[in-house]
Amino acid sequence: MPSWREVGKVCLGIPGKILDAYESQGLRMAKVQFGGIVREACLQYVPEAVAGDYVVVHVGFAISKLDEEEAARTYRLLEEMGQLGELADAQINDEVRRGNSS
Amino acid sequence: MKYVDEYRSEPVALNITQEIRRIQTRPWVIMEVCGGQTHSIVKHGLDYLLPETLELVHGPGCPVCVTSLEMIDKAHAIARRADVIFTSFGDMLRVPGSEADLFAIKSQGADVRIVYSPLDCLKIAKANPDKKVVFFAVGFETTAPANAMSVWQARREGVKNFSILVSHVLVPPAIAAILQSPQNRVQGFLGPGHVCAIMGYSEYEAISARYQVPIVVTGFEPLDILEGTLMTVRQLEAGNAVVENQYARAVEREGNRVAQNLVSEVFEICDRKWRGVGSIPKSGYRLRYEFRDHDAERLFEVEEIDTKEPAICISGQILKGIKKPHDCPAFGTLCTPQSPLGATMVSAEGACAAYYAYGRHLKAGEVRYAV
Repeated sequence: MPSWREVGKVCLGIPGKILDAYESQGLRMAKVQFGGIVREACLQYVPEAVAGDYVVVHVGFAISKLDEEEAARTYRLLEEMGQLGELADAQINDEVRRGNSS
Repeated sequence: MKYVDEYRSEPVALNITQEIRRIQTRPWVIMEVCGGQTHSIVKHGLDYLLPETLELVHGPGCPVCVTSLEMIDKAHAIARRADVIFTSFGDMLRVPGSEADLFAIKSQGADVRIVYSPLDCLKIAKANPDKKVVFFAVGFETTAPANAMSVWQARREGVKNFSILVSHVLVPPAIAAILQSPQNRVQGFLGPGHVCAIMGYSEYEAISARYQVPIVVTGFEPLDILEGTLMTVRQLEAGNAVVENQYARAVEREGNRVAQNLVSEVFEICDRKWRGVGSIPKSGYRLRYEFRDHDAERLFEVEEIDTKEPAICISGQILKGIKKPHDCPAFGTLCTPQSPLGATMVSAEGACAAYYAYGRHLKAGEVRYAV
């Protein structure tokens, strides 16, 4: 979960869920939830995004709508990578531990 | 939290590092371009999970770090004016100028305020019509759409007492500058995911082809970075040099056209000086002439300031991937986040500050890490 400080960093974009969208001063705005934190963000750059969508928010602006199918596909591939090499897991874990303590 | 927690799974991380170990046959040097990626690598100890022969070096992608000393001194000169409310992202306040930082200037009575979004400055400007509200518009392509919108909206709403001091920098010219350096050691890049979410990655295809380096557009969570590293190693081992997209859930090849359109309506490309690196041609944005009424550099005629950097600081070489924080005799002793000598110690995305925050200035055995 991002900290309050992380949500306000220049360089970090953070994924959040659009709770509700509305108009303010001629701009499309929204309440966006990041874990336990809710902040206002501008939706002008993601005109297709609606409540319930996840967006990457950067300095108060949503810059990209997250693609749920793409995310699921990538994650599945990474998980499956392990099934091929399960036999070697114990050995790798040992190596990692040695690497960390050196 | 969705899109965060699942990308921190330790078993899946080990799957990826195991695959890297399986395919890697010789040493490689890979640079992560973005400071957010550096922060994630050091925070989660990802470099400790990788083979020792796979070196991650830290790139120039920390906007707070690379903002030139001249520009910071200009900001300070404007912030000291009695008729100004100076606004900035929080990270910029502790960045040392030649003489002070914004916190010190604020403590001396200047009206300096931290904002979360540049749109907040418009509210401040409307609430203080007798003051000039200036926003310090720093950042890479990721903050450009937000900063562009603030000026565009100010013009639309007729907010005349709002201006921005622009010090925008661009990633592709910096990558090209690193690759052109005779001292370059970098053989592959983890590309900046959020910059590419805005700009797309066709510019990177030209760099990859010209310099024959793999570039993998990569996200910021531990699994993103490990997968991006695996994809880069695969290319290096196979002798390929193309652009691939690890961060497809957030990045399309064309980027965000709506954002690009407004950025190019408000900004134009210019030469830009980078702190620690020097001037890089066509590596920044400045406001177009049409927006001159909101251009703080034009409105406040700040004279050229003679600047001086501490001689001991090697942040320039760190930003170019030539050296690492441990190579600096001042790291963790004379130079700490509480009293930074150079830019890479100031921002949480700076390599020195990230190393310090996660205990890398301590002796072996005392190091804190988390996966």
